[in-house]
Amino acid sequence: MNRKFYDFWVGLFAVLGFAALAFLALRVANMQTVRQHETYKISAEFDNIGGLKVRAPIKSAGVVVGRVSGIALDPKRYRAVVSMELDRQYLFSRDASAEILTSGILGEQYIGVSPGAEETMLKDGDRIKLTSSAIVLEQLISQMLFNKAADGSSGGNKQ
Amino acid sequence: MLDWGGRRISAIGAVLVNALMRAGFAARFLLAILLNSGTAFRRFGLTIREIYFTGVLSLIIILVSGLFVGMVLGLQGYDTLQRFGASEALGVLVSLSLVRELGPVVGGLLFASRAGSAITAEIGLMKATEQLSAMEMMAVNPIARVVGPRFWAGVISMPLLAAMFSAMGVLGGYVVGVLLIGVDSGSFWSQMQASVDFANDIMNGVIKSIVFGIAVSLIAVFEGYDADPTAEGVSGATTRTVVTSSLAILGLDFILTAFMFRGL
Repeated sequence: MNRKFYDFWVGLFAVLGFAALAFLALRVANMQTVRQHETYKISAEFDNIGGLKVRAPIKSAGVVVGRVSGIALDPKRYRAVVSMELDRQYLFSRDASAEILTSGILGEQYIGVSPGAEETMLKDGDRIKLTSSAIVLEQLISQMLFNKAADGSSGGNKQ
Repeated sequence: MLDWGGRRISAIGAVLVNALMRAGFAARFLLAILLNSGTAFRRFGLTIREIYFTGVLSLIIILVSGLFVGMVLGLQGYDTLQRFGASEALGVLVSLSLVRELGPVVGGLLFASRAGSAITAEIGLMKATEQLSAMEMMAVNPIARVVGPRFWAGVISMPLLAAMFSAMGVLGGYVVGVLLIGVDSGSFWSQMQASVDFANDIMNGVIKSIVFGIAVSLIAVFEGYDADPTAEGVSGATTRTVVTSSLAILGLDFILTAFMFRGL
């Protein structure tokens, strides 16, 4: 068997291998959305981010407009600072509000951005003022139990 | 009694020291290969010939196994997921299990038993028939001429084979899930694309397969070069290649997974 024979088969092998990698990158992982449009960074402070994770989506009206790029704790005021990267083609007014929502009951958490009414738009490095925190299920339940208990005791006093 | 216990303890010590010495030999052998691998790249025809034997001839078993593993994942995954009403997540299940684990690991195990054993047997037989000594007599370095090209061929072939295994598996999952069972084709692909990350999942799988390629190739050439130059020695070395490299793949996989996927 001569050199050409090996060259042909090894060439075919390499082409197949890289085609498989390209298939995994483009069809399975959808690389097209990775090299997306340019982004700009904004941040927002929350009292409690619940289970929000880095790279969680940021949605407005259900459409993904960006990703969470970092989460940190402000060491002075003990509030969570979430930095976000938004697609440059989506601009929001300065009084836009951000809230942490959950898709479905057990789904992943994401940030929902509701548009405001002001004319000036958020720029790179700005901070969203209006935020509402994640709903923590334990707090919700304990609140409900306390309300129940308060209702029960006040009801008992009346009788 | 004391003598009996002493001899047992000495036996354990001898096994340990022997294992450590072989590990040390293997490490120095790797260094020798790396220092002498100029030939493998300057005369790339030698390496291409070895890629044909290790990579191209492993294609059939890798592609067929990948297809069937993907199809079985499709069946089993659908059976479990539909109980929770999440059968659309079948694409995620199939692709993540293949890209992260099964592609590199099962691909590596198949590669070790198909190509690694062949490399060991070939080098071991060359040693037994004194071809390696003959080369040395002719002032040809057998590590550069025989071992280097085989080592690099394995290192180059393994990631490509693992990628092909994963791609075939995803296609197999698609065939069973979408074409046979009838999961919606759109949600199969879109959920997969939403959950599989290129850098975190696919590149980590590629890194795993490169590490496994290095480990399997090193074990295969080392066992061959270190084999006793008898028929029995070569057969024992071939068996050891398959056993040691399978264990190495599983152990390395655990370590790499622990570093890569700690769930942020």
